[in-house]
Amino acid sequence: MEKSSVQHKTGFWEVVKSLLSGLLLTWRHFRNADKRRAPVPVMDDNYFKQPEGLVTLTYPYEAIPVPENGRYRLHNEIDDCIVCDLCAKICPVNCITIESVKATEEIGVTSDGTKKRLYAPVFDIDMAKCCYCGLCTTVCPTDCLTMTPVYDFAEVDIKNMIYHFTDLTPEQAEEKKQLLQKQQEEMAAAKAAALAARKQQ
Amino acid sequence: MLAFLLTLMLLLGIVIVLAYAERKVAAFMQDRLGPTEAGPYGSLQSVLDVLKLLQKEDIVPAAADKKLFKLAPILIFAAVFAGFAVIPFTPELIPASIGIGVFYLLAIISLDVVGLLMAGWGSNNKYAMLGAMRSVAQIVSYEIPAGLAILSVVMICQSLDFQEISYQQGILLNRFPGLEFEKNWLFGIEALGINTTNIGGITTWNIFRAPLLLVAFVIYFIASLAESNRAPFDIPEAESELVAGFHVEYSGFRFAVLFLAEYSMMVLVSLVAVILFLGSWNTPLPNLTTLKFADWTTGTIGSLSGILWGGFWLLSKTFVLLFLQLQIRWTYPRLRVDQLMHLCWKVLTPVALGVVLLAGIWRLLMV
Ligand code: SF4
Ligand code: SF4
Repeated sequence: MEKSSVQHKTGFWEVVKSLLSGLLLTWRHFRNADKRRAPVPVMDDNYFKQPEGLVTLTYPYEAIPVPENGRYRLHNEIDDCIVCDLCAKICPVNCITIESVKATEEIGVTSDGTKKRLYAPVFDIDMAKCCYCGLCTTVCPTDCLTMTPVYDFAEVDIKNMIYHFTDLTPEQAEEKKQLLQKQQEEMAAAKAAALAARKQQ
Repeated sequence: MLAFLLTLMLLLGIVIVLAYAERKVAAFMQDRLGPTEAGPYGSLQSVLDVLKLLQKEDIVPAAADKKLFKLAPILIFAAVFAGFAVIPFTPELIPASIGIGVFYLLAIISLDVVGLLMAGWGSNNKYAMLGAMRSVAQIVSYEIPAGLAILSVVMICQSLDFQEISYQQGILLNRFPGLEFEKNWLFGIEALGINTTNIGGITTWNIFRAPLLLVAFVIYFIASLAESNRAPFDIPEAESELVAGFHVEYSGFRFAVLFLAEYSMMVLVSLVAVILFLGSWNTPLPNLTTLKFADWTTGTIGSLSGILWGGFWLLSKTFVLLFLQLQIRWTYPRLRVDQLMHLCWKVLTPVALGVVLLAGIWRLLMV
């Protein structure tokens, strides 16, 4: 840019003019104070087309909707989870803790028709550690682990940031474990009996 | 005593409205919402702020000069508040009707400076000291152009009495004892042959009676911004450099008093500007042949209507000026110290001197 294009305006009337134009600017904003920016999401066509009005968002009372593919708090629909442990393995910060117990028989099927064979006495996600990368949701074979649009979940006690998704009470979990043990013992006994029978032949 | 209490109540009311207006106006000009939570549209915000301040602990720094530190806020507020004693609120109502009101006012609000210096020195804090020094330097400097601008009004009006100056600027001119046979002429010049004594309204305001005073008004307004430490002359309170200026060490009730004094000063300088230049409690609407707007909006002296109309016009004009002060604060950047002094000593003071000279000549044309 050439230097001559920057013109310094001097002189009394120029100063008065620039002072008045400053006042005019603030006055225009003051006049537009009855308008408010609508809390439309960023996907909206009007998002960048609202040059006038107050921009403040009175947050707890109103909020800008988040994008559908936004990554916020995780949710696990435990009924659909086959406890395959893929999510825990891929998580870069190791914030998913899963313990699994084999079921003695088929528990049921998930909504997409996969058979469930494992119980999950522990399925914890530590939201305080989670970096919201979303990897776990992409690997989940049954799509039961998803991101919700909830982003406002601060807690006073950091322990409350660990979310428990299991649907078993500790007693039920214990019962399942014992069932499994019993079945395994029975199977081992049956096996031993079969082995002994074969030896006798 | 009654006048004291009434004025104090009125002042507190105005200051609370002003503090709320300041925050809302600032917010709107910056496309924000301002206070919204306390009361409808946040209107109780400043009341609650005052209550909060009153509950706070009154901290006196260990190293402070305790006597000065404790006395300063009271002195500052007393100096400003004493200025209200000579302000005529309506044609009848004036707390202390003294003949040399203008002189008294200039003298008493100069005491403010002593209080500021006491506060700054007594705090024993470098920011407070710097703030106080800047404040005092600025106020003392700007009293000169302000005083000269006021002097030109006094020369045109030939009076130091606020009430007499007020009466001169409206249709009630002849009701003031001693002015029974005075006449107002358009632009103050009899040779033009247009008698505005009974037209009143804006045509008899001082800025119209002697259009020269428009210049004096602008000078006074700029100087008054500096005297009340308002932006763009707020270097004494430059938040970014001096934390808060001379009152940085104050808390609780004492801070509330300083805050009150600052806003009272804004109100006072605006009131004085209205009284001296913008027709005081007189209506801006002139009488036009059969449409007696001025008569209708003046009321009768001594009755309730006179008091209400007088108070209404005075306060509404004051609020317009106060709004302008707020708008200026949120529009212009702060001046540097040297620019501040340049403006005062090399621009405003010479121009004000010229205005005083011309005001004398104008007065000769008026008689
Ligand atoms: S979003 Fe990322 S960090 Fe959070 S649980 Fe899933 S894989 Fe782990
Ligand atoms: S990847 Fe999905 S199905 Fe597998 S354990 Fe995790 S949540 Fe359950």
